[in-house]
Amino acid sequence: MAAAATRPPPTDGRTPARVRGAMAAVGAVLIVLPWVIGTFGDSWIRALCFVALYVMLALGLNIVVGFAGLLDLGYIAFYAVGAYTYALLASPHLTEHFPALAHAFPSGLHVPIWIALPIGASLAAAFGILLGAPVLKLRGDYLAIVTLGFGEIIRIFLNNLNAPLNFTNGPSGITLIDPVRIGSIDLAHPGTVLGVRLSSLVLYYYLLVGMALLAILVCVRLQDSRLGRAWMAIREDETAARAMGINVRNIKLLAFSLGATFGGVAGGLFAAFQGFVSPESFSLNESIVVLSMIVLGGLGHVPGVVLGAVMLAMLPEALRHTAVPLQLAVFGRVLIDAEVLRMLLYGTATVGIMLYRPRGLWPAPEHGVQRAVGTSQRPESVSRHG
Amino acid sequence: MAECILRANGVNKRFGGLQALSDVQIQIDPGEIYGLIGPNGAGKTTFFNVLTGLAKPDSGTFELCGTPYWPAEAHKVAQHGIARTFQNIRLFPDMTALENVMVGRHVRTRANALDAVLRTRRARTEEAAIRSRAQELIDDMGVGRYAGYLARTLPYGDQRRLEIARALATEPRLLALDEPAAGMNATEKAALLELLARIRARGVTILLIEHDVKLVMGLCDRVTVLDYGKVIAVGSPAQVQRDPAVIEAYLGPAHRTVPARQEPA
Repeated sequence: MAAAATRPPPTDGRTPARVRGAMAAVGAVLIVLPWVIGTFGDSWIRALCFVALYVMLALGLNIVVGFAGLLDLGYIAFYAVGAYTYALLASPHLTEHFPALAHAFPSGLHVPIWIALPIGASLAAAFGILLGAPVLKLRGDYLAIVTLGFGEIIRIFLNNLNAPLNFTNGPSGITLIDPVRIGSIDLAHPGTVLGVRLSSLVLYYYLLVGMALLAILVCVRLQDSRLGRAWMAIREDETAARAMGINVRNIKLLAFSLGATFGGVAGGLFAAFQGFVSPESFSLNESIVVLSMIVLGGLGHVPGVVLGAVMLAMLPEALRHTAVPLQLAVFGRVLIDAEVLRMLLYGTATVGIMLYRPRGLWPAPEHGVQRAVGTSQRPESVSRHG
Repeated sequence: MAECILRANGVNKRFGGLQALSDVQIQIDPGEIYGLIGPNGAGKTTFFNVLTGLAKPDSGTFELCGTPYWPAEAHKVAQHGIARTFQNIRLFPDMTALENVMVGRHVRTRANALDAVLRTRRARTEEAAIRSRAQELIDDMGVGRYAGYLARTLPYGDQRRLEIARALATEPRLLALDEPAAGMNATEKAALLELLARIRARGVTILLIEHDVKLVMGLCDRVTVLDYGKVIAVGSPAQVQRDPAVIEAYLGPAHRTVPARQEPA
């Protein structure tokens, strides 16, 4: 058939050379980045660490919202579960408030990260199923309301679980959380890796970026699998998916729990990186920020989601460094505060995206749509029925 | 034939005050093309939905190749070996044609999340097999040239073919087609006939709902006629066509001026 030309090239599961080249280039940039950007100040490296955390969060939420089409407005709750799990397991808080525990662990509960992080991630996954199970039959707005409520419930619990037994220390949060220790390297202090002396921030940068890259790999592989297709099938038409033999209940719960796992891992790393957690970090606003990232970047498209996360996570830092000096230089005084300007830009960006790029800045390529237009093999009725 | 593919007995389904199916029974032999016909609202699609687990029957017994099954969950019905298409095409519009058919392989494949993330040998070989089987199927159904196109961009007739390819990907023993020729022109219908004959030749039994009497008469080995949720005739198309009950159901009783169906029973 002449039309065979429109078929995608046969893939054998290997990454094309072009993509490999691009990946190597991005890797090189990521390795050099802290040295370059660090010359402008440590706060930039810190911002990059948060970018990496947000990339993980955005990718996790993308599994639920982008792949499976389940709108989740309470996603930050899983981040909170991961963060508090790590915080409780790796800080003196529990042993201080529970004498029995202090007796069992006289030197404190200093659970190492490779145990605490999986525990936090599994607990987040369990919460994902806990949220997913009752909302299996809900879609769209109704699902959004329930998940929003779930997110708030978790935050309010964390805020109030300080009496009669002090589990979370309430609004004042948990302090003195252990930093990450990998082997002999304590990421809270400068360390020497492969003969190079790195500051604590740079060490954290490499750890978090490494984890974010791992998250990207996991996401891409899931998307290109039998399960990824099942998620998309559910998103597109749940009834047809059921008729094709997809166990909608299990596949949805899998999406909820895997998405939550990403949140749990990011939360644990966040707690270790900050050394402090409080309920304030897990407000509804944060859920919405993460959702904005994936919508801005391109719902369901991994590169777009990463782009959205990087842009929105860097925005406050960039504004902090440019808004004030720029206004001082131009007007001689500060007209708009950086924080106000941020919200202004958020709003403008949201409206702009809705009007001009409703599928996001970097959406999944619409196979066939562009190709169908202007190819001689296009049957006439494509556009008529499309 | 020794054994029948599908045997459904005493199937009842009520929607509030409407008895959509009452005591429906059907028996389909292997290799048949079986027609389910009847006037609008006779319960044909309801029967399909019940058969494929999309609507729970109130009562009835179902047997597929001698094994009883209860169509409570649609995904299990697909596992048992019944695949269906929909009256108003239900493809996955924002997935490519190839991906649509690949989804059909879901029920016959095993890779789990861990396989996918680690890209184990099992996952890789399975994925390659899914892809090649799906490509084979869309080529077979004559829509192979659209492999990389989003399903929603396909012409209408080809969307129907793609939906059939997707259903075949689940390796059904019984393929249930809900008005496959709806909205097709004469050329497309002729092509469909040829396609169904080829599917039958692959050893798949076909059950179809159809409005086009000519198509049913030319294609089906046997038909069941439904009216008001009841079976009013079973037999070869020629027999059924002469059946007075069928003629009355379609055209109304000849001797009355007011159609019977508007009178109180």
